[in-house]
Amino acid sequence: MFILRFVVAPIIAILGAIFVGLIIMGIDRILAARMQSRVGPPLRQPFWDVKKLMIKENIIPENAISWLFNAAPVICLAVVSTILLYLPLAGFSPILAAHGDLIVVVYLLILPALAKVIGGFASGSPFASVGAQREMVMMMSYEFPLAIIAVSVAWLLSKVHPSLDAFSLQAIATHPVWGLVKGPLGIVGLILLLVSLLVVTPGELSVIPFDLPDAPTEIVGGVLAEYSGRNYALFYLASAVKLVVLPSLLIAIFFPYGISGLFNVGAAAAGVIDVVFFLVKLFVILFFSVTCVHVLAARLKIDQLVNTYFMAMTAVSLVGLVLIVLDAAI
Amino acid sequence: MPSEKAIKMNRIIKAIWVFNWFNSCGFTELIPVVGSRWDMERFGMIITPTPRHADVLFIAGYQTWKSLERAKRVYEQMAEPRVVLGLGACTMSGGMYWDSYNTVKRLSDYLPVTMYIPGCPPRPEAVFEACVKIFQHVKELK
Ligand code: SF4
Repeated sequence: MFILRFVVAPIIAILGAIFVGLIIMGIDRILAARMQSRVGPPLRQPFWDVKKLMIKENIIPENAISWLFNAAPVICLAVVSTILLYLPLAGFSPILAAHGDLIVVVYLLILPALAKVIGGFASGSPFASVGAQREMVMMMSYEFPLAIIAVSVAWLLSKVHPSLDAFSLQAIATHPVWGLVKGPLGIVGLILLLVSLLVVTPGELSVIPFDLPDAPTEIVGGVLAEYSGRNYALFYLASAVKLVVLPSLLIAIFFPYGISGLFNVGAAAAGVIDVVFFLVKLFVILFFSVTCVHVLAARLKIDQLVNTYFMAMTAVSLVGLVLIVLDAAI
Repeated sequence: MPSEKAIKMNRIIKAIWVFNWFNSCGFTELIPVVGSRWDMERFGMIITPTPRHADVLFIAGYQTWKSLERAKRVYEQMAEPRVVLGLGACTMSGGMYWDSYNTVKRLSDYLPVTMYIPGCPPRPEAVFEACVKIFQHVKELK
């Protein structure tokens, strides 16, 4: 039982997330191409990219700090995979449910960005340093709305069900937030929180318009400018897993519903239905908050980005929190 | 049983990442390669922002003595296996700048050009054909 839970399940979850992430990346590239009236790459293109990067030469620049430079991609992939184990995926309870909750997830979400910052500074290139500084600024600005969302949801849960562990993601997922609020005020508050989480998602994934740390056309790839070969492939895989992690967090908080209850089937078939439905939800969220946005928008400047997150999104999520508190008080 | 080298090259053919070194009129016919009519992404080719990620270096048109130094530096920064494609008549023979005092006449005297694409400038179809052939070519060479 121990081996099944702490060895087999994590391996399946991580490999599955890498696979799903790369597939989603391929779908995203095809859809973006279709929106620009191009044909787009084949669905398997991200797999080919990774396979190719694995055989390329792994260059370590002369004036880089080599052990940090090599450690950063490994840390990035490892941390992103670890977050995955704290999230309830497709109706299953989190693998490490007993060892961490929403607060741990919010903290761990900082670390992939931090790994990129370390890698950028360690590569000793001016472009990478600029990218790393931008990554840091961005990390600080989207962290605040994220923390407000986490606190609001936990407060709501603790208010309605005082006996539960309010920060546990499993408890949040089994008691959908939409059922906890009383009236329209609370619903509006939750929608505001959802909007700010949807805006934080592309920032965490650093896609256009929030791709300032890697901005290919101005700072030539930013933090990734000096990475090649295997190290770059690890960053590529980490960004694929991130594509699964962030929507999963959103799903766990706001849309934890399964549809297997509607069908009269056995446990195994119900599991399959839930997994498929989970993937559909994941895809819909990414389509609206990533694919559409990065086709339509241009890159923001760093001050516009900080204003978006630190001012606008913080205000939106704070109003959401206030509305939820008012709703509970009335 | 294909050699290890051949297997490697086959992997690269499916995901060619290109770094552009364009500083002359040879660029004009290559902008449509990225756009919606020819769309190089459908063959897995994308343009990389930095030479570190690139497999192929496109050198379009004539090089001056000054830009040649930079082109060499870009080539040195690329990760193995790497190839150089010379585009246009100017890289082969100097083209219409054949009697100019400050342009490079034959690029392969200075950089290991694997393949030339003739034309002034070459059509996008020719560029795609070259990209299909180039790693096959490298496979045969080694
Ligand atoms: S080959 Fe023709 S298009 Fe290309 S750089 Fe020379 S003159 Fe310009």
